Amino acid sequence: MRITQGTFSYLPDLTDDEIGAQVQYAVDQGWSIAVEFTDDPHPRNFLWEMWGLPMFDIADAAAGLHEVRACRDSYPDHYIRVNAYDASLGRQTTALSFIVNRPGQEPGFRLDRQEGSDRQIRYSLQAYAAQRPAGERYGRNENHHGAGHPGPARG
Amino acid sequence: MTAAPDAEPRGRWNAGVLPYAQMGYYEPDYVPKPTDVLAAFRIAPQPGVPPEEAGAAVAGESSTATWTVVWTDRLTAHEHYQAKCYRVDPVPGREGEYIAYIAYDIDLFEEGSIANLTSSIIGNVFGFKALKALRLEDMRIPLAYVKTFQGPPHGIVMEREYLNKYGRPLLGATTKPKLGLSARNYGRVVYEALRGGLDFTKDDENINSQPFMRWRDRYLFTMEAVNRAAEQTGEVKGHYLNVTAATMEDMYERAEFARELGSVIVMADLTVGYTALQSMSRWARRNGVILHLHRAGHGTYTRQKNHGVSFRVIAKWCRLIGVDHIHAGTVVGKLEGDPSMVRGYYDTLRLATVPLDMGQGIYFEQEWGSMPGTMPVASGGIHAGQMHQLLGYLGEDVVLQFGGGTIGHPMGVAAGATANRVAVEAMIKARNEGRDFRAEGDTILAEAAKGCQPLQTALDTWGDITFNYESTDTPDTVATPTA
Repeated sequence: MRITQGTFSYLPDLTDDEIGAQVQYAVDQGWSIAVEFTDDPHPRNFLWEMWGLPMFDIADAAAGLHEVRACRDSYPDHYIRVNAYDASLGRQTTALSFIVNRPGQEPGFRLDRQEGSDRQIRYSLQAYAAQRPAGERYGRNENHHGAGHPGPARG
Repeated sequence: MTAAPDAEPRGRWNAGVLPYAQMGYYEPDYVPKPTDVLAAFRIAPQPGVPPEEAGAAVAGESSTATWTVVWTDRLTAHEHYQAKCYRVDPVPGREGEYIAYIAYDIDLFEEGSIANLTSSIIGNVFGFKALKALRLEDMRIPLAYVKTFQGPPHGIVMEREYLNKYGRPLLGATTKPKLGLSARNYGRVVYEALRGGLDFTKDDENINSQPFMRWRDRYLFTMEAVNRAAEQTGEVKGHYLNVTAATMEDMYERAEFARELGSVIVMADLTVGYTALQSMSRWARRNGVILHLHRAGHGTYTRQKNHGVSFRVIAKWCRLIGVDHIHAGTVVGKLEGDPSMVRGYYDTLRLATVPLDMGQGIYFEQEWGSMPGTMPVASGGIHAGQMHQLLGYLGEDVVLQFGGGTIGHPMGVAAGATANRVAVEAMIKARNEGRDFRAEGDTILAEAAKGCQPLQTALDTWGDITFNYESTDTPDTVATPTA
C-alpha cells in the first residue's frame, strides 16, 4: 500500500527540483522549514523525529533541499517529510507538509477489532512495521538505533 | 402638566402615539460606542413613511419601544436602553430602499446568548406594518460581546492538527442518494469515497433516523467504513454523523454514541435552532469532537435581497455559537452565491479582523479577537474540472464537497474520490510552483490527468458543466475592476 499522508501523496513522488520549488514557496511566505523522519507512520503519530532544528532564516530552497538529501542519506528506508510552519498570529501551525522519502516496501496497517456488546466494535490501527524495534522496521537495517539523530549542526 | 426637562421633546410623555423618531429612536448625531452592537438594515418604508421614521421604528421595535407612549419608560434610564438609528442612506439604484444603521447598547443583551441577541434584533420587527420589507444586512458585534461566546469548539487550526492534514483544501462528499440506502449500502459508499482519497464523507441534512435506516445502524456501518479506509490509506478519516433529532436528549444520545465509536466529527442542521447548536457546541468541545453545521433552511430567509437576514449575519452568529464547519457557498456550483458576497462570508468565518468592504456586502469592520475561525464548506454541484476556480475563489482553508462529483463517477466511487484528490493536489502544487493556476487551470488538470485515468474520466464527464445563473443576492456597490 501507499501511505497517503501529506499534501502531495496522490501525485507521483516529487523530484528534488519539485521539492525545491515547494520549499521555495514556503520560504517566500516567511515560513520556517523542518525536516522530520519516522519509521512509525501511524496517522496519530505526530512526533516524527526532528532532523535538527527548524530552519527559520534560510534565504532560498537550497539549504532546505540540502537537509532533505542529508536526511535521506542517513535514513533511506524511513518516511521523511518536509513541514513548513507559519508562526503568524492566528495561525501558528503547520502550513504545508509533504512526504519526500518512503521505504521501498510499505506493508501498511492492520485493523484490529475488539467486538463488544450491542454490535459495538473498538477499532485499533497497527502498522505492521511497528511490530519490530525502531530502526529495524523497513528494508535494510540502517544502524541508527533509537530515534533522535541530531542532524547537522547549524550556526 | 409641566414640560419635560432638558432635551426631551415637548410632549414626549403625553399619553398616545408619537412618532418613533420623536421618542428618541432617531439620533443622527449619535456616535456609536466601541461596545455598541451595530446593525445595518435594508428598509423599504410604506408609502408616506419617511425613511428616518422607518429607521427609528426598527430601532424602537427591536429594543425598548411599543406602539404608544408608556409612562413606565420613566422608571428606567430609558435613553441608555433605547436603540438609536444614527444614519439612513438611500440605496443606489434601488428606489424606495434605504440602509438604516442602528446602535444598541451592549446592556440590552444577555452574555453569550444568540437566542437573546436574535430575539431582539430580528424578534418582532420583521412583521412591522410600516415597512414593506426589511432585511438585516450586517452586524458589528463588539469585541466585548464576542468575548462572551465560546466560538468554534476547535477551529480551523486545531482541526487540521487533529486530522494531520495541511496545505490544501479538505475534501468531502455527501452520501447519495440522500434517502433510501440501507445502513450496509450506505457504509459501502462511505468506504469507497474515503479509501479513494476523500478526507470526509457526510450525512445529508435530512438523514436522521428514518424507517429505511435508523441512526444507530448507520453509525455502526459507517464507522466500520471509516476505519477500513484509514487502514487502506494510513490517514485520519471522518464521516459527519448527523445527530439532528427531535429533542436535545436524542441529539446528545446520538452524539455520545458517535463519540463512543471513535468518530472524529458529528454534524447538526441549522433547523435545530440556535440554542440547540450552542448546546452541541459545548458538547463538542467537552468531548473533543469536531462539529459540522449544515445550513438547512437558510435559503428561506437569506436569498432575497429585499427581505430577510443576509447569510453573512447567519455566518457571524454561527461563528459565535461555535461550529467548526459551516456551508457557505461554492460560487461555481448549483446553489446561489455571487462571488464577492461569498468572499464576504468566507472572510467573516475565517479572518481575525474583517475590514469594511461594501463591494463584498460588509457594512462594518468586525474584530474577532482571538476567536478561532470556522472552516467554510463548499458543497453543491462542484466537480474536479473546477478545481482552479474553487481554489481561486475559496482559498485553502475550506472543505470542498463533491457529492455527485464523486459518487457519479463512471469508474466508481473510489475513482471519483481519487480524481478529486489528484486534482486538488496538482492544483496546490502548481500554485506553489508559481504558476498562474487560475489561467492555466485546464492545462494543469490535463497534465495531472495523464497519470490518472480517473481524473481524465471526470474531466471528460463533467468538464463542461457550469451553472451560470444570475445571482439574486448581489452587492449594491460593485468594485471597479483593477486588472
